[in-house]
Amino acid sequence: MSPETMTLFSPKLAARFDALVEKYPVKRSALIPMLLYAQDEVGYLSDAVIAEVAERIGITVLDVRNVATYYSMLRFKPAGKFNIQVCTNISCMLRGAYEVYERFQEELGIGHKGVTPDGIFSLEEVECIGACCWAPAIQVNYNFHDELSPELVPGILKSYCGNKAKAEGTARNA
Amino acid sequence: MADVTFTVDGKTLTAPAGTLLIDACRKAGIEIPAFCYYPGLSLQAACRMCVVRQEKVGKLQTACTTTVAEGQVFITESAEIAQARKATIQLLLGNHPLDCPVCDAGGECELQDMTFKYGAGESLYAEAKQHREEQQWSPAVYFDRPRCILCYRCVRMCGEGMDVWALGVQNRGVSSVIAPNGGDQLDCEQCGMCIDVCPVGALTSGSYRYKTRPWEMNHVSTVCTHCADGCKVTLGVRQSNDGSAIVRADNRDKSGINGDFLCAKGRFGFDFVESPKRLTTPLVRNAQGKLEPATWEHALRTAGNKLKEIRDSRGGAAIGVIGSNRTTNEENYLLQKFARTVLRTNNIDHQRTTGYSEFARALAGHPGRTASLNDIASACAILLVGGNPTEEHPLLAWTMRTNVRLNRARLYIANSEPIKLERQAKATQLLPSDGYNDLASLLDEGKTDLSRAVLAEESLVVIFGQECGGQATADLVAWGLKRANVRFAFLGDHSNSRGAADMGLLPDLLPGYVPVTAPAAFSEYPGLPAAPGKTLPQMVAATASGELAALLVVGANPLPKLAAASETLKSTFLIVQDLFLTETASLADVVLPAASLYEKSGTVTNTYGDVQLVKKAADRAGVKPDFEILVRLADAVGADVKTLVAFGKGGVTGDLGQSRGAQAGEADQHSVWLAANNLEPRLSPFDPLAALDEIARLVPGYVLDRVNLFGGNAVKTEPGAGPGFVPISTLSGSGLVVPVHDTLFTSGTLGRYSPALLQLKDHQAHEVAVSAAD
Amino acid sequence: MRKLVSHLDEVKIVSRRFGMGAAEIDRYIELGGYAAAKKCLAQGPEWIIDEMKVSNLRGRGGAGFPTGMKWSFVPKQSTKPKYVLVNGDESEPGTCKDHLIFLHDPHAVIEGTIIAGLAIGAKVGFIYLRGEYRYLLEIMEKAVADAYAKGFLGKNIFGSENEFQVITQTGAGAYEVGEESALMESLEGKRGVPRIKPPFPAVVGLYGGPTIINNAETIASVPHVIAMGAAAYAAVGSQRNGGTRLFGVSGHVERPGVYELPMGYNLKKIVYDVAGGVRGGRKLKAVVPGGSSTPVLLPEEIENLGMDFDQVGKAGSMMGSAGVVVIDDQTCMVEFALRTISFYQHESCGWCIPCREGTDWLKKSLTRFHAGFGEAKDIDNIQYLAENILGRTFCPLGDAAAMPTIAFVKKFRKEFEDHLNGKPCPFAKHVEMAVI
Repeated sequence: MSPETMTLFSPKLAARFDALVEKYPVKRSALIPMLLYAQDEVGYLSDAVIAEVAERIGITVLDVRNVATYYSMLRFKPAGKFNIQVCTNISCMLRGAYEVYERFQEELGIGHKGVTPDGIFSLEEVECIGACCWAPAIQVNYNFHDELSPELVPGILKSYCGNKAKAEGTARNA
Repeated sequence: MADVTFTVDGKTLTAPAGTLLIDACRKAGIEIPAFCYYPGLSLQAACRMCVVRQEKVGKLQTACTTTVAEGQVFITESAEIAQARKATIQLLLGNHPLDCPVCDAGGECELQDMTFKYGAGESLYAEAKQHREEQQWSPAVYFDRPRCILCYRCVRMCGEGMDVWALGVQNRGVSSVIAPNGGDQLDCEQCGMCIDVCPVGALTSGSYRYKTRPWEMNHVSTVCTHCADGCKVTLGVRQSNDGSAIVRADNRDKSGINGDFLCAKGRFGFDFVESPKRLTTPLVRNAQGKLEPATWEHALRTAGNKLKEIRDSRGGAAIGVIGSNRTTNEENYLLQKFARTVLRTNNIDHQRTTGYSEFARALAGHPGRTASLNDIASACAILLVGGNPTEEHPLLAWTMRTNVRLNRARLYIANSEPIKLERQAKATQLLPSDGYNDLASLLDEGKTDLSRAVLAEESLVVIFGQECGGQATADLVAWGLKRANVRFAFLGDHSNSRGAADMGLLPDLLPGYVPVTAPAAFSEYPGLPAAPGKTLPQMVAATASGELAALLVVGANPLPKLAAASETLKSTFLIVQDLFLTETASLADVVLPAASLYEKSGTVTNTYGDVQLVKKAADRAGVKPDFEILVRLADAVGADVKTLVAFGKGGVTGDLGQSRGAQAGEADQHSVWLAANNLEPRLSPFDPLAALDEIARLVPGYVLDRVNLFGGNAVKTEPGAGPGFVPISTLSGSGLVVPVHDTLFTSGTLGRYSPALLQLKDHQAHEVAVSAAD
Repeated sequence: MRKLVSHLDEVKIVSRRFGMGAAEIDRYIELGGYAAAKKCLAQGPEWIIDEMKVSNLRGRGGAGFPTGMKWSFVPKQSTKPKYVLVNGDESEPGTCKDHLIFLHDPHAVIEGTIIAGLAIGAKVGFIYLRGEYRYLLEIMEKAVADAYAKGFLGKNIFGSENEFQVITQTGAGAYEVGEESALMESLEGKRGVPRIKPPFPAVVGLYGGPTIINNAETIASVPHVIAMGAAAYAAVGSQRNGGTRLFGVSGHVERPGVYELPMGYNLKKIVYDVAGGVRGGRKLKAVVPGGSSTPVLLPEEIENLGMDFDQVGKAGSMMGSAGVVVIDDQTCMVEFALRTISFYQHESCGWCIPCREGTDWLKKSLTRFHAGFGEAKDIDNIQYLAENILGRTFCPLGDAAAMPTIAFVKKFRKEFEDHLNGKPCPFAKHVEMAVI
């Protein structure tokens, strides 16, 4: 993509994408990372994001959609600034993941794939996140929180929305 | 690959090593069921229906991905295999709606057939089925998601087969769904191939859905009336108030030169037949100058008397005849014979869309140098000069793409503008718009990638698009004739443009490009005028000057193209045979309503010289085939119809087998033999086969392999290419050849009367506009 | 930083550098890192492959294919570039061992990748991490950058004529991508649908080139095999099962965690001794020995069970990814079965009918059954469904869903029957409303 072309992405991310498409033997290998990084910055894969990614890689929008809809971390609607992903798979379930999940639902007043009205939090029940020995575990964006119990839920929520400045920072890093 | 021997269900089979087991079995008559496997498309191994047991292998293997090797032993039907297939069907039926009674595919559904065979009558599940609303993706294609079994045939046909890639798979697992490229719309060539390959009723045709049941139709395999590629099309015909109506067109037959292929025009553009604008009664201009309905009797008498009067008073030179690009060979033959022997005129021509006569002249005396479509399908190397087959010759485009994809054929393209087929090309050469004349020398110089590659080819098919005519064609043919193994094909526009030229709808050439000045076998024509007649532009000019007193136009609409003012025709008696009240017909003195190609029998010749049988599918009250109209018109002119059409006693006759005994079957066999040997008695003056017999007898290069022709195959012809045959000249002049450049959704005048094609054109214009705006 | 556990029986090979700051390249070198790669560079490919064969190292992803043999399948001559692909798409429920490797010892993965590349003649290696492991990807990316800076990666690795590049890659959420050919598809920017085999990746793999795909733990073991000597490594384990494994013990145990134990170590001891026994003094009901796709074992079945590929196989289950999930007597096995199958239903790629439709119907049936709307025939139906998925699918995911289901029904039929006749779940937790 030539520099004068309009881009949806920040200069830093655009530069990263320019490098990413050169990184692999085949341009298309950059597709999945690009989608994930674009989502990290924009919040979700909007039609415009998909169109730009398609153009950067040189494939059709349909191609991008075929791939993007396959991967469960990619989403097509905005999520909260902090997307809480509660693993309820077997190891976590055995150690009380559903109780943790229910506590999140109560605290936030939302269910699976819900977003709080202020857009700060969203909630998702997810499959195994690879933290089985530290169950029950969740991810808030990309941050892990291990060995949870329902009582720890309010504290976790507070750590994200309690301090606005910190919250912004985490979102950006995520 | 060397042959290997292996055992299937106890039978010893032989096939080349590496053949897919499923293909080897099917060839040997062992049917292995499959949803996802489709010959010629990439392998999926997704439906798991083709599982077989291979000796010494632990799991059941998929026959669609197993390649045969020496000594292997397979079992394709057993209790274990039947159970595996049954279980798969049970899973599919868990959510597949059992709306078979209203489903378009009911009765021709592969899932139904499999269920019937393996049985999965009981539902194991108590859960409700997931219903989703049907989606309309385009005027042509509807998608019923719950019916979809995700075999991915449509996705592959659209991508690999059509190179359109408008369908994809989205989501995953049980949420997986076939999705179109335009969100909820299909932006594509609207070919409908996805509908044809769908094994169930998930993809249905906008023009056919919920119209009828398959078993209520007769299925007639005939030839498409639109472009010059000559696809075989299967018409589904059902009784209607006015006779019998075409309810759908598809390519279920798959026996034709088009293989799997059929484009939007063939599939959806049949509906002109049912147009309310169809002429169904003759019209005669009354004393007030208005066209009014008349009986056939009156209309034919009016036309015949006038033609006779003009011929007798002013001579045949005062009459002109313009023929059609869509009528059958027999009709064309009859028309020129009628013009030359009854009207006594060589003023006969048609709207030429390409220079077939130039092509014939260039190839004269060089047999074996024309390329049929099958030759193109199997060619190792193809040079396409000009043209845009993707738009104008969709079957040719399909054939070349398929040949490149499956046989690694090498496609070379020399064109004055970029075309989509370059995606399949090995080398391309962009020419200046007037650069075709220099192509032969450019090839000889061998300085470009394209010319070097082409020169290195041991055999080649050269295909001329319509941009490449005149001297350029002559030079390239000459270039090719110097080399061994070069064949040629020439692109024209309509379903029987080639037949119009081959059958002598030309002022200077008789059928088979025999000059009127040296008529050879045609000397038997009584009263054949010796001098060449007027070309179409000359005839139109002559009407203005009053030189032409009568003009018979059969299935043509020369008015808009030639921009002849309606005034000029006022002093000319105009007779028009057509389906519709076209611009030309509306000026006529007598209009005779004609049957379409789908409502008559005969043969047509595609642009590659392949002759195919046209079978009558539909019937429409009030119309007559042009063949019958011409015979009746000749009768009205006072001609001896028997001289025109050899029928009854005096025609070629044979017995019907009675003399050979009436044992069951023998008479049938005998009639097949008679037909194959052109000995069947023609009992009616309206039997076009009588004309075919005469064509075979008189026209050089049209001796047809009748067994194949009547069996529904394409039969190659090479008129004019016979040894020692040299046509003396061919007329030329500006405006003689006017390419139409029909696109995927247009078909000359005819296309304007097809609501389906107009709708598809609109849809695409809208879709393209929308996606361009995005 | 995740807390590390330890036990006296542990034989720390792969986990030797855990908690020692080895993610820093200088520290890694100080601890003996990159010596194995240099040695392999000197010894050459045939020696490396022989060492791998002698070591009896078997694939740690779950299938247990001998690593040396896998590497030897790569054709020596190839017109297409060859590749090494490290499978860090760790997604099998109950498994979090690679997590710790990426966290504590990223350079071991890089060094193993270099050695694999030397062995097969590849110039490029890919390290693919699941998308959820973003913080681990960042650790890996830094480690790769550091290795480049030291000249361990690049045009002339360790100053030699050999070139080796390492590229890290992230997934975006798909268990199926852990299947090796689906992993290649994903790395090529496509849907994570497996490929038809043959051709096998060793012949036609990534971008059409010969490719070896190894689990991250396998690759991280490679430098240790070289460093300690293949024979010594083999001697640690049991017959035909060389070395150690990272056992992730989770569920109802006192001390869950990742323990490195010799192959063949007794499963009962893992539960009761290493992981401290069943939590809260409860009774053991069952053990899933190697991640959620392995058939569940009853307490009596683990008595004398040595944890290696062959012994667990003989016991009717699989060693899998060595994710040991311990289940106490207060657990509803129908719910456990439902949660297991829900996962496979969610992760089925949808390509083939038996897996796509079969996992969905299993989930639906189990959901309804667990909610108390089951009928007696459903128990047989569930087993019938699973048995008709088994061995019929395009890739092993179908088996991974079917095998545990069959075991749950067979071994806990009584618990299934207890859900009949509208009775609530005896353990009455998390009963989802069934959609009828």
